[in-house]
Amino acid sequence: MSNPELRTVIVEREIAWPAEKIWRALTQPHLMEEWLMKNDFKPVVGHSFNLRGDWGGVLDCEVLAIEQNRSLSYSWDFAHEDAAYNLKSVVTFTLTPTTTGTHLRVEQSGFHPNQKQAYGGARAGWQQFLAKLEQVLAKPD
Amino acid sequence: MTPDAHDILFRTLADPTRRALFERLCREGEQTVGALTAQAGVSQPAVSKHLGVLKQAGLVRDRHAGRQTHYSAQPTALAPLNDWTNEMTGFWEARFDDLESLLKRMDQ
Repeated sequence: MSNPELRTVIVEREIAWPAEKIWRALTQPHLMEEWLMKNDFKPVVGHSFNLRGDWGGVLDCEVLAIEQNRSLSYSWDFAHEDAAYNLKSVVTFTLTPTTTGTHLRVEQSGFHPNQKQAYGGARAGWQQFLAKLEQVLAKPD
Repeated sequence: MTPDAHDILFRTLADPTRRALFERLCREGEQTVGALTAQAGVSQPAVSKHLGVLKQAGLVRDRHAGRQTHYSAQPTALAPLNDWTNEMTGFWEARFDDLESLLKRMDQ
């Protein structure tokens, strides 16, 4: 694979809380830090901010679209000194009220050259791989 | 890659001792069984057995030189799992777990 391909990740979950409450966790920096990463987010279209991961990685982000309590979209770019690890993507959260709470959906679409990912999946990837491994194994057969 | 092959990789790396051996070979390059045993905290037969499982999964390769067997990591065996879409799916699932636990702690 010589050219990066556009790929999309979608993760959805039914959450037993109202959209307004989830919206606060998605848009207030001190709450975002508790489930996502340290950040200097502001709910303003065009605002540039960073997400700082525990592994030391820093993501470059820009708010692209906001519809209060419904959807939030920002760019999610990872610039690495080795271009093979670069990621340029857009993350969109969508909240849909249901009878029991809220349907939360995150979609991430982007370009990532994968050809050099094999070696431990870069720093971030390796940790996530292990985290995912633990999750998979925690599930009963 | 078939789900079975995924399973084999997951199961192989599920064991913390095996995972530590594999990570060490990734970080430090080729090692003898003796050198690996010295830091593994388990007996040499146990280390050899773990290395055999890693080898079956394609995660390590062995090279015989005299009486010594040298092992090296084959991290390319992880490539199918390291596709970034897999990584990010796992990432978001874990983040949503943390989000739900935060929502339980938050005031209305």
